[in-house]
Amino acid sequence: MSLAEVVMAQPDVGQKLKLQHLGKVYGHDDESVAAIEDINLDVSDGEFVCIVGPSGCGKSTLLNVIAGFLPATSGSVTIDGEAVSGPDPRRILVFQERGVFPWLTVEGNIGFGLSKLPREERRQRIAHYVQAVRLQGFEHAYPSDLSGGMKQRLQVARALAVNPDILYLDEPFGALDFITRVIMRGELHRIWQTERRTILFVTHDIDEAVQLADRVIVLSSRPARIQEILTIDIPHPRNISSPRYLELRDELLKQIGLAYEI
Amino acid sequence: MNSLTKPRRWESFFWPVIAATALLALWHYSVIWTATKVFPSPLSVEKGIAELLHKHVLWADICDSLRRVALGSGAAIIVGIPLGLFLGWKPAANQVVNPVFQILRPISPIAWIPVAIIFFGVGDYAVIFLIFLGSFFPIVVACVSGVSSVPPVLLSAGRNFGLSTPRLLTRVIFPAALPQILVGVRLALGIAWLVVVAAEMIAVDSGLGYLVIDSRNSGKRYDLVVAAMLMIGIIGLALDFLIRSIEKNKSVRWGFRNAS
Repeated sequence: MSLAEVVMAQPDVGQKLKLQHLGKVYGHDDESVAAIEDINLDVSDGEFVCIVGPSGCGKSTLLNVIAGFLPATSGSVTIDGEAVSGPDPRRILVFQERGVFPWLTVEGNIGFGLSKLPREERRQRIAHYVQAVRLQGFEHAYPSDLSGGMKQRLQVARALAVNPDILYLDEPFGALDFITRVIMRGELHRIWQTERRTILFVTHDIDEAVQLADRVIVLSSRPARIQEILTIDIPHPRNISSPRYLELRDELLKQIGLAYEI
Repeated sequence: MNSLTKPRRWESFFWPVIAATALLALWHYSVIWTATKVFPSPLSVEKGIAELLHKHVLWADICDSLRRVALGSGAAIIVGIPLGLFLGWKPAANQVVNPVFQILRPISPIAWIPVAIIFFGVGDYAVIFLIFLGSFFPIVVACVSGVSSVPPVLLSAGRNFGLSTPRLLTRVIFPAALPQILVGVRLALGIAWLVVVAAEMIAVDSGLGYLVIDSRNSGKRYDLVVAAMLMIGIIGLALDFLIRSIEKNKSVRWGFRNAS
């Protein structure tokens, strides 16, 4: 084998997720609507990528195609060189709301994907993630007794418990009030730093994107295409009133087409 | 509770007791004023209950009626829930059987009595069959609607964790539909209790329904008729209470809007 072939055969170092000419069309023939079109993206292992765009642009569709819940009409999604053909416990999607199972306790929800583990290991895993999302004392509580923020933390814990290598988050804090949302941002960042998973995070909150992401993908309005990719080159913890932060935030607002002055 | 003035604890007992006492008094004095020879007063009904208990027929009849309801409704639950889950999961199959169900459903199980007797003869099986019929449709219908209203997000979550379709049915769809299924079961038991009394009047010679008709036929003992009626009411209430207490369980309570 020549050196060139070895180099060719080796996937890019640390590359996790690859989208190639990804497209999704709803309906068929005359009534078809293109939701996303020609999306090309490489995400490296452990990277935190935010996807922003005007509402209704197809952000959620894109995430659902990547997660395997919707079939792509063109192009491909590959993870570690393997084509995605359906949902898979190795990457878990966290929904905006009502994603936890209301008939299970906090422990039951976190342990939902762990039924194949031996009892003791399962118990330890659950205890670890109860701790990780700070739900201690609520192990036996039902979701109806939890606040909105706690339910979302529970969803993240349930996802992390099965040890996925990618987390997809679909506007996970979109239904929360402002203060809870800001707190949850900090929590997610802390979890990401300790657990080091690849995260794809769909949001319509510009601040959320600039505070959390390594890179922000800006989508155009329907059909969604990649309009711009911004690298957020501010080290953590990020100062949200630093000139660079405000500069990137303004750039994002401009990209989405929002006037800086109202 | 929607009302702004929440009743005090003693009031929630006091007023119903007053109402019941008033009703009993009205009954008692109506019997006295009208000087009826046929209709019994509350006191003679009470004596009637004591007499039935003393002769040990009451317990035997209660047990017979409850056993028939347990078997008929039990069979309806065992057959109806899996069938309802399947039909809810496969709307195409539901479309095939739905017209038949819609025609059969409004037919009172009482109308089935002659047919039941042809099939099973006079005896327990005919009554159990009638109870099965009365319980079956509410359970199936509740299951189908329960399954079809499972939030898609929960199905997606279940699939995401790698569940196959059978596991998805048992671990996500069934528990998600369970509150609605319980409502169906409660409705079914209510109907079953109505049906058992009617069926026992015709198809068998034991049970509370038989006690009612037998007390009338053998010497016009209306004190025993009303005594049996009261027992039917009390047991029906107890059955309903039983299911309602299941509905208070935390793993289904989320599905009931008015649950506290």
